[in-house]
Amino acid sequence: MSRRVGMEASFAIAEAVKLAEAEVVAAYPITPQTHIVERLSEMVADGEIDAEFICVESEHSAMSACVGSSAVGARTFTATAGQGLELMHEVLFVASSSRLPIVMAVANRALSGPLNVWGDQSDVMAARDCGWIQYFAENAQESFDLTLCAFKIAEDPQVLFPVMLNIDGFFVSHVVEPLYLLEKEELEGFIPPYQYPFPLDPRRPVTMGAFAPPVLCTETRKALEVALQGTRETILRVWKEFGDRFGRSYKPIETYRTEDADTILVGIGCYTETASVAIDTMRARGEKVVMVHLRLWRPFPFPEIRAALQGAQKVLVFDRCIILGGPGGPLCSEIKSALYGEEKKPKIFNFIGGLGGRDITPRQFEDMIARGREILDSKVTVEYETIGVRE
Amino acid sequence: MAKPDYEITWKDLEIGCIVTEPGSASQYKTGDWKSQRPVTDKTRCIKCGICYLFCPEPCIGQDAEGYFEANLFYCKGCGICSKECPTSAIRMIPEES
Ligand code: SF4
Ligand code: SF4
Repeated sequence: MSRRVGMEASFAIAEAVKLAEAEVVAAYPITPQTHIVERLSEMVADGEIDAEFICVESEHSAMSACVGSSAVGARTFTATAGQGLELMHEVLFVASSSRLPIVMAVANRALSGPLNVWGDQSDVMAARDCGWIQYFAENAQESFDLTLCAFKIAEDPQVLFPVMLNIDGFFVSHVVEPLYLLEKEELEGFIPPYQYPFPLDPRRPVTMGAFAPPVLCTETRKALEVALQGTRETILRVWKEFGDRFGRSYKPIETYRTEDADTILVGIGCYTETASVAIDTMRARGEKVVMVHLRLWRPFPFPEIRAALQGAQKVLVFDRCIILGGPGGPLCSEIKSALYGEEKKPKIFNFIGGLGGRDITPRQFEDMIARGREILDSKVTVEYETIGVRE
Repeated sequence: MAKPDYEITWKDLEIGCIVTEPGSASQYKTGDWKSQRPVTDKTRCIKCGICYLFCPEPCIGQDAEGYFEANLFYCKGCGICSKECPTSAIRMIPEES
């Protein structure tokens, strides 16, 4: 039976990787790495898991080793964070375009400079277009559950895409929380064996990562985009199957206090849990505020977002990243594109905060919601406002 | 490849654009942008094979009589064979338009 334990989210992910029987873990073991691979390296050394731990010399090599091991048909996992994800950047595209179902946990952190390494979402947002399935877990339980689901989704013959599981750096990755661990027997049959259709095998030679001249490149990009959009169905099915078997279900977007809303706060990542405290306080005062938080980031949940936000009068989007020189926050930019073509659409305003590990308190969320409503009632003159910045 | 590359649609591609037919790259005409091409004067050729060794493609092969000649399907017209030939048997002539 499920065991209730107190465990750091990073360790919970390592437990899930062990249960999923990953065969190769390739990782670079220095900052900005997390306890995820530290724990996995112990598990490999102690024989708790029958996997190869490849201790590489950089994150670029880590992802390259993952590409190779996934291509021969080995279940492959890695983890990284912040700068490490950026050093992998080039190879992320190779993994997705080769359709290799690598699973990677990313503890989201700020990017240099200045050197910071605390939590924010600049790293994943800079890698959002790399063609991976990307979703977010907000606590240790979700981290555990969604790591298990990641292997099942990634390796599904209808999918065959790498999956990036994002958790907020420190606020989730380093926090010890109560969670239910599943036992091996309970998981029986949940993750079928990994079978890549054309593995690297000298008995059946294939060319991977071949050259596509201009006469073919457009076709390859279209095929990749259609395939990535087509993963939605399987993602939803796997999350539902997980819910049916283990009692915890996950959806592309989650809603909090949906009834009777005039203002909707939209967010992604663990800060939405803090925001929910503010939502409760405001609702107790009779204010019609609700929250929508995204779990699925890529492929972007357009239908769900449209259905959830269409009816609202005011939408406030909270981002933990700035698109430098762009429209503000990446989440808000996406929400605006989702709603632009709709006939009935809400007014939208963007807030940015929680950068480089800065806390945002429930009280600040309350102030932000009040301020956002005020801005949307008057004339909006700026793209966004930054929470808590000293002017 | 069953189809020429300009007829392949996005639906024809294998997963991950994997090429399942070994050696299929040889079907790509890579010599279609040369501006000059080598012509060998067999009366001067001593069949030494130096052009064969130096061709960076490598697209020079030996015919039934032992003469070395470029395969223009792949030849890029770089002129290295002409430069290296010890008997000046290879002349580069402008590619006709
Ligand atoms: S011109 Fe260059 S490519 Fe062509 S045959 Fe001579 S050496 Fe080879
Ligand atoms: S290098 Fe000149 S002489 Fe030697 S084989 Fe080639 S064409 Fe003939």
